[in-house]
Amino acid sequence: MGLDFSIVPKYMDIILLGCAWTLGITVAAALLSFVGGIVFAVIALYAPWIIRQPFRLVEWVFMGTPLLLQLFLIYFGLVQIGIDLPAFVAGIIGLGLHFAVYNSELIQTAILAVDKGQMEAARTLGLSRGQALRKVVIPQAVRDVIPPIGNNMIALLKDSALVSVIGVSELTLSAQRIIGKTYRPFEFYVLAAAFYYVINLGMEWVQRRIERRISLSR
Amino acid sequence: MTDQTAFVDIRHAQKSYGALEVLKDISLTVEQGQIVAIIGPSGSGKSTLLRAINDLDALTGGEIWLDGVQVNKSLPHRQYEKHINEMRQQIGMVFQHFNLFPHLTVRENVTMAPTLLKGLSKDAAEQLAREQLDHVGMLDRIDYYPSQLSGGQKQRVAIARALAMKPKLMLFDEATSALDPELVDEVNQVMKKLAEDQMTMIIVTHEMDFAAAVCDRVLFMDQGVVVEEGPPEVVFRNPTQQRTKEFLRKHLAGAK
Repeated sequence: MGLDFSIVPKYMDIILLGCAWTLGITVAAALLSFVGGIVFAVIALYAPWIIRQPFRLVEWVFMGTPLLLQLFLIYFGLVQIGIDLPAFVAGIIGLGLHFAVYNSELIQTAILAVDKGQMEAARTLGLSRGQALRKVVIPQAVRDVIPPIGNNMIALLKDSALVSVIGVSELTLSAQRIIGKTYRPFEFYVLAAAFYYVINLGMEWVQRRIERRISLSR
Repeated sequence: MTDQTAFVDIRHAQKSYGALEVLKDISLTVEQGQIVAIIGPSGSGKSTLLRAINDLDALTGGEIWLDGVQVNKSLPHRQYEKHINEMRQQIGMVFQHFNLFPHLTVRENVTMAPTLLKGLSKDAAEQLAREQLDHVGMLDRIDYYPSQLSGGQKQRVAIARALAMKPKLMLFDEATSALDPELVDEVNQVMKKLAEDQMTMIIVTHEMDFAAAVCDRVLFMDQGVVVEEGPPEVVFRNPTQQRTKEFLRKHLAGAK
């Protein structure tokens, strides 16, 4: 049988709903990975040994094991210890923490790259180290790291397809379900791909806008 | 306070990195409203001494007093942090490389610390920023970012930022050394204005002319000791020490 895209409009509502889930999960996980990345970076650089060491273990787990396994663990595993999360929440947490660890690596490097004179100037004015980090060092580090974090967020968008395996009807799973009914894999996978691409473009647009906004303040 | 101390009182300041002694038993007093210049070759310890006054570089021995309070008191870590943050609010510092906060506007550079540390209202902060920027002639650049300013303008904003904390003492660490020659004067003018306002200042500088014109006293440092000290006309015109003579000969010849 040949290709027939005329069937697509009939299932558009399901695809769009899938898109909405993908977008929602991606945005929520991206925010979590951003805030988490900053928190992790500060812990890794400045927390006392007693906190830093166990934290390194957590970091290793998120970096050294497959995201798919992490999602299974959070969704299916945690139930056994009484934490029963909705699938999309488990997905957001898994994706968010996984990418927070990657963002943390970037932010750590950027924090260390901020000119030492910045911390000195802040301390000279009477700010504590924590205040200087919060008001002076971290904002600059984060600015410097927006482009590579943007790349991580694109990767996050693509990896959000993995939450289909714990049953969140995001874009990929929606396409699969339609294909299960219509036996039209090419049409609907291509359609899903097209929507990923559109979301991708949107994220790049947002990133460019942020970069333009901060270009003066360097 | 039990001790009678000068306004700024540095007693037997000593600093070493391992076997290397950078400051060897330096004592110095500065009265309120006085301006002291520290000159000397690079590596003489003059910047280290200046940075010891607000504890950016901790001394390994000796005491620093400001207005009857010991800056480098021996206290448990947490208490010391609190103490030193309070002391630093009273000691303004201006750096060679300005160290303005590039992510903040000129206004925010000036108001950030007073707002954060003194709980200034938005209106009060705005008024303070305008006042301080007007004083250094930078009011028209209040909405600019540091990247949009020249070196001289940056340094003037940095001075305004320090003054906004209403310090009792201002430290200048080669404030004009990184500037293009034609921008030096605008910063010197601002420092002169501070001198007229009776601000107590300690200035590390390479500019002998400026030191001679503005300062009450000049210290010549070399290899971690004060070699010679006195009023500028004496130190510059009739130095008694051989090392001072050599330094001045080289430096004045090199500068002009």
